[in-house]
Amino acid sequence: MTKAEERAAAQTLVAAIAEAAAGVKRQLRFMEVCGTHTVSIFRAGIRQLLPDNVELVSGPGCPVCVTPDDYMDKAIAYASHPDVIVTTFGDMLKVPGTRSSLGAAKTEGADIRIVYSPMDSLQIARDNPDKKVVFLAVGFETTAPTAAATVLAAEQAGIGNLYMLSAQKLVPPAMRALLDDPEVQVDGFILPGHVAVVTGVAAFRFLETEYHLPGVVTGFEPLQILRSLARLTRQAAAGEARVENEYGSVVHEDGNPTSRAICERVYEAVDSRWRGLGIIPRSGLAMRAEYADRDIEHVLPLAPGEVPPAKKTACRCGDVLRGVAKPTECPLFGKACTPTHAVGPCMVSVEGVCAAWYKYGREAFQFGQK
Amino acid sequence: MCLAVPAKVIAIDGAVGRVERAGIEREVSLMLLPEAKVGDYVLVHAGFAMQIVDETDADETDALLAEMHGAPRTVELEGLH
Repeated sequence: MTKAEERAAAQTLVAAIAEAAAGVKRQLRFMEVCGTHTVSIFRAGIRQLLPDNVELVSGPGCPVCVTPDDYMDKAIAYASHPDVIVTTFGDMLKVPGTRSSLGAAKTEGADIRIVYSPMDSLQIARDNPDKKVVFLAVGFETTAPTAAATVLAAEQAGIGNLYMLSAQKLVPPAMRALLDDPEVQVDGFILPGHVAVVTGVAAFRFLETEYHLPGVVTGFEPLQILRSLARLTRQAAAGEARVENEYGSVVHEDGNPTSRAICERVYEAVDSRWRGLGIIPRSGLAMRAEYADRDIEHVLPLAPGEVPPAKKTACRCGDVLRGVAKPTECPLFGKACTPTHAVGPCMVSVEGVCAAWYKYGREAFQFGQK
Repeated sequence: MCLAVPAKVIAIDGAVGRVERAGIEREVSLMLLPEAKVGDYVLVHAGFAMQIVDETDADETDALLAEMHGAPRTVELEGLH
């Protein structure tokens, strides 16, 4: 497909969305719950292509953004221990805690190493037998099995000094919490393609059975996203509520059962706090008692003074994550809070809604809106 | 954070596979996808193979990578209507 053909395909899809939406006499709001979708939608300018009554809102799809401040504070506190090496994905480095960030702690001499895979922590642990190597296990269903497998691999290899600071989160319980929130108004979901690789489409069937809402699992190409929107709009117009799979080359109905079994062995679902959403029942993963000796919070509990008390902020990241406020409705956006001096995680993370809005949407955002 | 790319499995040694993608090779863990075989295209996330994928999906991403390097875009997307 050439660029011209691709453009024609996009125009056909946009026309199909407009045609379906024309039959609906109200505002339709579709939510994406994956940071990679958020970035792709902004970069491709998809919001500007949609008819007036079809609106896209971003949900809590960026793991870095939904992780509360106190997790970062704990990570920074551990990194400051002289016998600890922290390993982390690079996107955690700039996330602000209450007083500092991992990046700032690293500048001050803390041993923090960026890894591509949690498995890279094993070699670091092997090379530093007198240190405790702590991996920051943050992420959704896609990433959680990789941390669980790393724990099992450490057991098999007899590496005793590898630990986890776990704050993994589960997407479907957060979607339920949003749908149960009377402030949040959503007519359907663009479902996260790579979370569904693990969970399968099956994990999202509750949308049709319990909430009578459509959802479409899709990939990250602009045309794939437009196709999912065409399907969502058609369903909404017809009053249907089906969960469909637009990413069948990658996502199966039952996902990856091996990944889920490994995850299940190491972790159990627990109530968990999300930024902006509060505590959501069974929405997080904690290490099972059998693996308590791999849980750094169990092995090396922090002293009360090591984590700073919570600070009040005007940052509205929490409301942005629920889709009830636009970034521009935050008093800090674009003023005190910019990508180079970010106050909240939604601006820090490249997948954050505020960062995407700032980068792709600020000046041009009114374009195409009638 | 959930970024993942397809790559072709070119060798397997126990639970470790070697994958190739656009001329770059690296090791991935097969712990989460023990059914992967040499020649399969697999979705790779954080150093782990996560799922066997259709070759067409790998081709799409290959075309994207080629485009990043300046080639004209030739993505083939089926089933558009």
